[in-house]
Amino acid sequence: MATYPYGCQHSTIKPYINLITAGENMTTDIDTARIFTEKARIASATVERVRTMQQALDYAADLCWRNGKKEGLAPPPAMAAPALSPADFAQLKNICDVRGINLFRENLRSNLQGIDVGVTYADLGIAETGSLVINSTSENLRLATMISDIHLAILPVSGLRADDRDIIADLRGYLAGPENYTTFITGPSRTADIERVLAIGVHGPLELHILLLEETQC
Amino acid sequence: MLNTQDMKSYQKNIKESLDNVFLRKAMDNFAVAYRDGRKKTFAEIDFDELAGEIAAFKDSASVRLMALYEEFKRNAEAKGIRVHLAGTAEEANQIIAEIGRANKVKRVIKSKSMTAEETHLNSHLEKNGFEVTETDLGEWIIQLRHEKPSHMVMPAIHLSRNQVAELFTGVTRKQQDNEIEKLVKVARKELRTKFIEADMGISGANFAIAQSGTMGLVTNEGNARLVTTVPPVHVALVGLEKLVPTLEDALKIVRILPRNATGQAITSYVTWITGANPCESAPGKRKVMHIVFLDNGRMKMAADPDFAQVLRCVRCGACANVCPVYRMVGGHAFGHIYIGAIGLILTYFFHGGDDAKNLVQNCINCGACKSVCAAGIDLPRLIKVVFTRIQDNTGHPLQAIMLGKILKNRSLFHKMLRIGRFAQRPVTGGTPYLRHLPMVFFPEHNFRQLPAIAARPFRDLWQEIKPVVHNPVCRIALFSGCVQDFVYPEQLAAAVKLLAGKSIAVEFPMDQGCCGLPAEMMGETAAAREVALQNVKAMHADFDYVISLCASCVSHLKHAYPRILADTNVAQEAKALAAKAMSFSQFLHDVAGMTADDFQGEPTPATYHSPCHLCRGLGVREQPHALIRAAGFDFRPAAEEETCCGFGGTYTGKFPTVSSQILEKKLEDAVSTGAGLLVTECPGCIMQLRGGALMQGRDLAVRHLSEVLAERLK
Ligand code: SF4
Ligand code: SF4
Repeated sequence: MATYPYGCQHSTIKPYINLITAGENMTTDIDTARIFTEKARIASATVERVRTMQQALDYAADLCWRNGKKEGLAPPPAMAAPALSPADFAQLKNICDVRGINLFRENLRSNLQGIDVGVTYADLGIAETGSLVINSTSENLRLATMISDIHLAILPVSGLRADDRDIIADLRGYLAGPENYTTFITGPSRTADIERVLAIGVHGPLELHILLLEETQC
Repeated sequence: MLNTQDMKSYQKNIKESLDNVFLRKAMDNFAVAYRDGRKKTFAEIDFDELAGEIAAFKDSASVRLMALYEEFKRNAEAKGIRVHLAGTAEEANQIIAEIGRANKVKRVIKSKSMTAEETHLNSHLEKNGFEVTETDLGEWIIQLRHEKPSHMVMPAIHLSRNQVAELFTGVTRKQQDNEIEKLVKVARKELRTKFIEADMGISGANFAIAQSGTMGLVTNEGNARLVTTVPPVHVALVGLEKLVPTLEDALKIVRILPRNATGQAITSYVTWITGANPCESAPGKRKVMHIVFLDNGRMKMAADPDFAQVLRCVRCGACANVCPVYRMVGGHAFGHIYIGAIGLILTYFFHGGDDAKNLVQNCINCGACKSVCAAGIDLPRLIKVVFTRIQDNTGHPLQAIMLGKILKNRSLFHKMLRIGRFAQRPVTGGTPYLRHLPMVFFPEHNFRQLPAIAARPFRDLWQEIKPVVHNPVCRIALFSGCVQDFVYPEQLAAAVKLLAGKSIAVEFPMDQGCCGLPAEMMGETAAAREVALQNVKAMHADFDYVISLCASCVSHLKHAYPRILADTNVAQEAKALAAKAMSFSQFLHDVAGMTADDFQGEPTPATYHSPCHLCRGLGVREQPHALIRAAGFDFRPAAEEETCCGFGGTYTGKFPTVSSQILEKKLEDAVSTGAGLLVTECPGCIMQLRGGALMQGRDLAVRHLSEVLAERLK
């Protein structure tokens, strides 16, 4: 491909290619990120890259606010972020408080009818298919990826892998546990059950946003 | 439910499907879109290699299914799951109902499971007082309509958006318009409440990994994740064949399944569930989880040398997607529960010979299913084996026995052909026979004109036209097959001319007869074997190649003879014959080396139909193209070049309505290239295509490759 396929909407965000630290695997990393982005977008996911967690969390609040408005809801928009680290959650909470978003991290079961945005990390990304791998054994995390209108997943670039063979070791580790619920997520939920016409958003999220995070703090 | 037990109702059902304009169009669009989509998604992945790997590990699993089951049970139970083994469908249903009662369940939600369809689980649960709601959109739709799925992956493919809108209007008691996006949202809303209220979720599984006690689900809608997460109880009903040894094996299934099913690189969700997971609404905050493995004849299948490979099936539905019959009649007329080629076979095993006996005859033997099977299952052959077994149990019909008897006696058969006695006296009971038996005997199939028996068969002409070749570069024997010998001798004569020009010595062994494929298709295995024996003896002399202008004959000599004659004293000879057998075009191109230098002629437009047994049976695809081009034609490939013409020997007689519809599509496709000449390489196809073109008054000449090449020889 001749042109770099990233469609960055924020002028402050430089193309991802500049951010890769030089190293032995540089070409591979760039390729993997490029292929991942391309494939995830083919599967109708939105993919952006962010430099810092702060940017990711701002993005989440923007998204939630936009979605809440779109629905014209009277109550403040709702966001769940059950599995974020305490520090990230605190940061997000600050943002949400300012913006009038109702953020919670527990008891998603009382919101089974739906929430606007679910924010999670993703453990791994599979470039070949543009898939996220999320170990969601925690029930609240699992529900956040299922019942949110929009699922926003933050994927550290260090979690990117070329194909399914490169995740076998991790996956094997998950499955060896005493209990585990892991999902590969590729794009939003979809169906073609009526006249084979592709329709997005049946029982799961209507949108999937993936933020490729350069920092590897999480 | 569809009545497939009596042929008359079954034919009526087929007729209704053929008359269903929406269904026909939907199926047509799907067939074309699927073919293109699948091709794209396998552009970067070697399909044959992957299918081969699936076949290999599945085969290694099926010989130790019980051991895998024990391993799975041990590992899963150590992680808090209860694992059950149900011998029969009834037993599985009872176990699940019992789990429901023990957990005081009232409302059940289900994600898609073909295995649950197989056991008729819903009706059992409903009879036991449970309320059951399907949550896969397609399944929900057909549940509300009290129908069966018409496709394994897209269960409601037979319905239009208008029908769904009408249905949803009834369900919600609110007028719903027919916009698909909106209809999907209606389902989302209606079903979300069902998820919340449910006490138990039932799912299937796409694989079960013995090593870790993990079950996997490959889905798009996200309903299976809710089914397995929201209610306090989760039961998975899983066919024993879903057991795989390792995680690596499961990943292979994940690689091939969505690609082969719908041309998707991967589904939206691939879910791996291990052990009893956290569940706030369950006692002890751990999911109550049960996995019920279903035998229902699978262990018997595993021990059956013919049918063990059926257990490789990953239920991708591809064998239906490419089937020309499925395309015409849809799923409700092409399978009992399981649909497509695999459905014809599984119906026999799961539901018995009565339900299967007419279904298995609705196969043209075109091989399209086999060529796309994710697990390399020899589906067309197994369909024939099922047919034979049913006949062995219930008695072979008189006409099949007669056919077998006649074919076995070559001189009697040829005598009958000569005097065309069948034409006046249908000893066949009106059932037309195979690709190799001239259709002139069966006057009632008036959708295409039938050729007459030639005044003199090729075998009578042979001594007169036999060329003298000095210093031949190689020696070949011609295997004519009965149609060419008795109906189209001119095609063979043209071939002889071409070959002689290349200094190739040709023999025509007089003791050859029908190749035996018709007998095999009719389930007359003894007769098929007998004629195979006769032919091996007849063609035994020291030839370099055995060439036939009939793709079906070559494919039968090559692939079936070694199998059919494996336990006879001519097993070696049969293998040798198989090795020498070659299609006419392959020989001319690859061995005789015919090129543009051999021909002259105007660049008139010509298109090509690839006989099933040539492209898929023998893998010969490029040679006919090259020869048509070499002869100077303006070659115009047809979009559906490899789609079956609908002949299929006996098929065209048993299901003339389907056959004629397939034929019509085929001719349209050929004509749309703008060519006035359709070339092919099989006398059966010519009989079908030429007869159809004549009957429909189309401006399309249908000719054998040998004829058009011979005319342009320099
Ligand atoms: S051989 Fe052809 S007609 Fe028969 S089931 Fe397979 S695809 Fe269908
Ligand atoms: S038989 Fe083969 S093609 Fe048909 S559903 Fe099974 S795996 Fe797929």
